Amino acid sequence: MSDLEYRKKVYSSLATINTNKGESYYRKLLSKCQKRIDKLKKRPAFNNENYMQTLGEEGYNRRDFIKWVSATTAALMLPGSFEPLVAQTIEVINRVPVIWVNFQDCAGNSEALLRADAPTVDELILDIISLEFHELLMAPSGDAAETQLEDAMREFKGDYLLFVEGSIPLAENGVYGTIGASGETYVDHLKRVAADAAAIVAVGTCATFGGVPAAAPNPTGATGVMSIIKDKPIINIPACPANPANMLGVILMYAMSGEIPELDALKRPLFAFGRRIHDACERRVHFDAGNFVEAWGDEGAKLGYCLYKMGCKGPVTFNNCPTTKFNKGASWPVAAGHGCIGCSEPGFFDKFQRFEAPTPYNKSNNPAADPISDIPFISTVGLI
Amino acid sequence: MATVHKVIDPITRIEGHLRIEAVIDEGTNEIVDAYCSSTMFRGIETILKGRDPRDCGLIAMRICGVCTVTHYQRSIEAVEHAFNVQIPKNARIMRNLIQGALFMHDHLVHYYHLHSLDWVDIISALDANPAESLKEAQKWADVAGVSPWNSDEKVFADMQNKLKNFVNKGRYGIFGNGYWGNASYKLTPAQNLLAITHYFQALEIQKDLGQMIAIVGGKDPHPQSLVVGGITSIRDIQDPARMKMFKDLAIKVRGFVKGAYLTDMYMLASAYADEMKAGVGAGVKNFMVHGGFPLEDGNITEVKKLFVGGVVYDGDVTRVEEFNPEMVTEDVTHAWYDSNNLEKPYDGTTIPKYTGFKEKIDNVAYLDTDNKYSWIKAPLYNDTRVEVGPLARMVVGYAKNDNRIKGYVDNFLSRAKMELKDLYSSAGRTIARAIESEIVSDVITDWVDELSANISSSDTATWSSFSFDTLSKNAQGYGIEEAPRGTLGHWIKIENGVVTNYQTVVPSTWNAGPRDYKGRMGAYEKSLIGLKVSNIDEPLEILRTIHSFDPCIACAVHIVDTKGKDLGSFKINHNNNR
Repeated sequence: MSDLEYRKKVYSSLATINTNKGESYYRKLLSKCQKRIDKLKKRPAFNNENYMQTLGEEGYNRRDFIKWVSATTAALMLPGSFEPLVAQTIEVINRVPVIWVNFQDCAGNSEALLRADAPTVDELILDIISLEFHELLMAPSGDAAETQLEDAMREFKGDYLLFVEGSIPLAENGVYGTIGASGETYVDHLKRVAADAAAIVAVGTCATFGGVPAAAPNPTGATGVMSIIKDKPIINIPACPANPANMLGVILMYAMSGEIPELDALKRPLFAFGRRIHDACERRVHFDAGNFVEAWGDEGAKLGYCLYKMGCKGPVTFNNCPTTKFNKGASWPVAAGHGCIGCSEPGFFDKFQRFEAPTPYNKSNNPAADPISDIPFISTVGLI
Repeated sequence: MATVHKVIDPITRIEGHLRIEAVIDEGTNEIVDAYCSSTMFRGIETILKGRDPRDCGLIAMRICGVCTVTHYQRSIEAVEHAFNVQIPKNARIMRNLIQGALFMHDHLVHYYHLHSLDWVDIISALDANPAESLKEAQKWADVAGVSPWNSDEKVFADMQNKLKNFVNKGRYGIFGNGYWGNASYKLTPAQNLLAITHYFQALEIQKDLGQMIAIVGGKDPHPQSLVVGGITSIRDIQDPARMKMFKDLAIKVRGFVKGAYLTDMYMLASAYADEMKAGVGAGVKNFMVHGGFPLEDGNITEVKKLFVGGVVYDGDVTRVEEFNPEMVTEDVTHAWYDSNNLEKPYDGTTIPKYTGFKEKIDNVAYLDTDNKYSWIKAPLYNDTRVEVGPLARMVVGYAKNDNRIKGYVDNFLSRAKMELKDLYSSAGRTIARAIESEIVSDVITDWVDELSANISSSDTATWSSFSFDTLSKNAQGYGIEEAPRGTLGHWIKIENGVVTNYQTVVPSTWNAGPRDYKGRMGAYEKSLIGLKVSNIDEPLEILRTIHSFDPCIACAVHIVDTKGKDLGSFKINHNNNR
């Protein structure tokens, strides 16, 4: 078998994802969501503003709104019959309180949240969820910030979504990260804030799988949320940083159904992580035709050929970058001529290192095949 | 003298994790002592060891998600320096475009979203008459000699309605529990409404800047188009429509920088003129710049740059020295690392030695300030504590008589009726950042034109090839440049194709470091001494001063081992009270 034939054989079959679960499934889900929204509407509102009016003030007309609803419904892999529900959800979503905490992070996911864009109405919705605590953006510091956190945890006990950004260091009893006047370690802080959360959303590869700090030799014993918190629903939105559209998708799904979206074995929502980069890649046609970039800046690079030989990890990486893109749809790494580095996969800095070398196909490079217990939270992958 | 020892942790609206402890005189409300500590550690430099040098940029970038691409580029430059690779003209300009957009992004987000709530009382804006806000907008635009970003009263009225609706929710979200009504908020309600309108509009503008970075970088934060030897986004720069999109966005951003950001600075300079004249928040007044943004092709360490390098002591611009990397040493007397000597970066050691807090009283933990109390080291230049960042760049450029920098600074000072020394203050530091943004906003479109002209002349080279196997046998190099917050350096040593040592010395390390071996304070700590707080229970003035440096703390904390010690065997000292 030639090299090309081999690659085609192992990388060409689409990852399977069930996009149609049958009419009765959707009928049940629809009725459940409707009940949930009716319940939310009856809850004492702490926001009296009329959402459509707000949209009007901001210059969004009804047509834009409907277009956005259609796009979101499709992104969540729901049939068109859910569109009215998605629209209603947006009207009540501002009653979902969110607490966002930062640990061993670089603020990249918070920055990504600031860039929430495509379409523009997204960030407006993020504006009007109740963002109760967010260290990067909140006005108060010190005592006043801690008071704000306590207050939100009490007021929305059992109801709030907890977003976690950054890994949690466990080595040496957690001394590598402390917060607050009392010098509480991150691990203790996480446990305390998680206790009364409805669900936890781990954003970015650090909070999900340990990310950069957990890369070998993992000097601080960094790990992700799910290896610490075992008794709460956890949704992982990895990638470095996570795409803000996926953050919103999770919030919307939770608001609409009262449940977390359907997840894969790594707790990633299937609506975003159900397919490989490779399956939806704009350069896929060149892979199939055997047209490859052979060196940076060569003729193939100018023609937009496939980046597999330059180390692209698209064939072993599950994410929706090719369709969702970044920064108002301006681009994504493969469009910018650089291969995917697999940043939404566990242990990617170790597994995929030598990013510019082609990825051999074997089990250790195929994270989708990893059972959850094998994830190297405390990195065990030695350097070559 | 009765004093109170205040702990402020977490310091919010910064990148990273920072704690400030301030000792305040209860009679005068003056800060008599201050300590700055970082409370988070990751060890990224350790992680970089043993890896392919071509991977380092992608990992080093993750040091920080705010100044993200600046670490990416420094790391790649360090490898290029080690391999003696000179990148093509297209790659140089394109990197400047990304960095230029990053500078403006960083500065805008810093001022509006991380800093402005220290100056702007959002609740006061509810009492404003929107017509008065329009007058204010016109007034400060006239001072600046530009058109205001908003010239319609309705914009301010709509903003105020939106705020009123928000406040009526009963939950203030990220604005909850702020220090609203504090006596040191000096802007009028109409001015507050003007400023907070810009806060929300800047949210949109910063997305445009993110989009500019993505056009040539693939995405933002954490772009992905730089490689050792050049860039990968050849298709983007060859497409005139993409370049036009970049330029159109840049022109829009320039309009905001001049019509909103700068005019807000004139307003601030007027409201806080007394504090600027009194040098409130001045700090160490020694300024250091390496130099940044190569304007010519050739050896990056020698070519002409947008920001000139140099060192100014005690704010005296009549004397300026050239920057000499040999003068840099690091001190860990008060940092959680084990070493007894002043060490030069290349020969430095870093062995973590966490000694914990000194004591815990009523559930408040206090730093052991007589001994070690931070994960940040104390770097010294010529055995002196220095400040880096936009103020340093403006002051050094001024001292060096750089026409461009001097022109922009003098323009601001004359219109604001200020002197250069008035910039040695918290407000001045914030203003210097805006002046710098204006400079970048003006030159960046010239760079787009230069790139387009070069592409039109059929130079489409974006990458310089090199023989990795030969060059990576034994090499070392550095990439030192200016990041948004100041001088940033990455040092790398390579043997047999892998990294044997990696080190970064970053801007916030210079500014946020703890006491040194002589007990001298770093820029953050020094800037707090003598500061008067209006209300001992509200650390507003402390936040304002610390934020004026734009702390980037994840960057500042790092671990260095350039001697190839086995960092897998960290020893943590448990002789402490924890």
